[in-house]
Amino acid sequence: MSNSVDDKVKTFDTRTEAKVPVESPLAYSYRRSGAPAPGEGSGVVVRERPFLGHLVLRGGAIILDEALREVLDISLPGEPQALVFDASGERSVQWISPDEWLLIVPGGEEFELENRLREALGDAHFAITNIGGGQTLLELEGEAVSELLMKSVIYDADPHHFPVGKGVTTVFAKTSVILRRSSETRWELVARRSFADYIYRWLLDAGEEYAIGIVR
Amino acid sequence: MFHIYCPYCGEYREEEEFHPKGEAHIVRPEDPETCSDEEWGDYLFFRHNPRGIHHEMWVHAVGCRKFFNITRNTATYEILETYKMGEAPSITAESRDDRAAAEAETAEKQEGVRA
Repeated sequence: MSNSVDDKVKTFDTRTEAKVPVESPLAYSYRRSGAPAPGEGSGVVVRERPFLGHLVLRGGAIILDEALREVLDISLPGEPQALVFDASGERSVQWISPDEWLLIVPGGEEFELENRLREALGDAHFAITNIGGGQTLLELEGEAVSELLMKSVIYDADPHHFPVGKGVTTVFAKTSVILRRSSETRWELVARRSFADYIYRWLLDAGEEYAIGIVR
Repeated sequence: MFHIYCPYCGEYREEEEFHPKGEAHIVRPEDPETCSDEEWGDYLFFRHNPRGIHHEMWVHAVGCRKFFNITRNTATYEILETYKMGEAPSITAESRDDRAAAEAETAEKQEGVRA
C-alpha cells in the first residue's frame, strides 16, 4: 500500500481542537464595505457558505468514480461542465478538468472523507488535496441573478444556456471563479479566499441597481 | 473578442480564458547528450514562422487548464481546427496545398472543356 494514509502520505485534520478564533474570508469585507440587509425588492440575495470542506480529486475517472460511489454514494460526473449533488443536496461533485473534480461537503466532514477515499483508492494513481482553507462559496438567489452575472462573468449566464447542474471555471471581472447553478433559483460562486473581498465588493457595486441584499 | 473551441471542455469559450503557448509538435531530441550544438539550438530556440497554416499550442488557462493544439492561418487569423494533445492535425499546409492543387486541376479541366 504505497499510497495509504499511514504509509507515505501524511494527512492531518486542518480543524484543531484548540480554541482558535475562525473568521470567514468575508469577515473584514462585511465590516469595511457593509452588508445591506435584503428587503422586499431585492433582486439578488447573497449568502456566504464559509468553512465548507473543499477537496480536489485528481486521477482517472473510473477509479475515482468507484471510490466515490463506495464512500459517498455519488457518481462522478464524467461529462465536461457537469455538477452533481447527493440526495441531501449538501454534498456536490463538479467536473473541473478531464482528470480533476471538486468535491464540496459540509464543514468538518472533509478529513474523515479524505481518509476513507484514500482507503478506498488504495494503490491507485491519484491525488486528494484539501483546499477548504483557500476557497469560499457564495450563494446567489433572486430573479436578477443571471442579469448580475451577465455583467460580471464572460461566460454566457443566460438561464437557457446555463441549465441546472452545470458549472464552469471562468473569468469574473478581473479574477476567476467557479460559477455553478445548483437549482432553478440558486447560483453559486466558488471564489478564492484572497479574492473574496474583491468579488464581494464587485457584487455590491454591480448589484446596487437590483437592491442586492446580504444574508449573514 | 472571439470564441475558441476547447477540445477538453467540449464547447466554445471566450478567447480571454486562453493563452497561446507557441509552436506545437516540437520534438525533444531523444538523446540530448549526443546531439550536436546545432540540433540542440534548433530544438531550443528556432521556431517556424510561416505565412499560412501554423500549428500552435494553447492552454485553457482559466477553465480546464489543459494544453491543446490549434491549427491557425497566420495570414487571416482563422482558426481551422483545435485538437487534443498527442493527436495529429487533420489540416496541414500540405493537405491545403493538395486541395489547392486539386482545385486548380479541376479548374483547368473545366477550362479545357470550355476550350
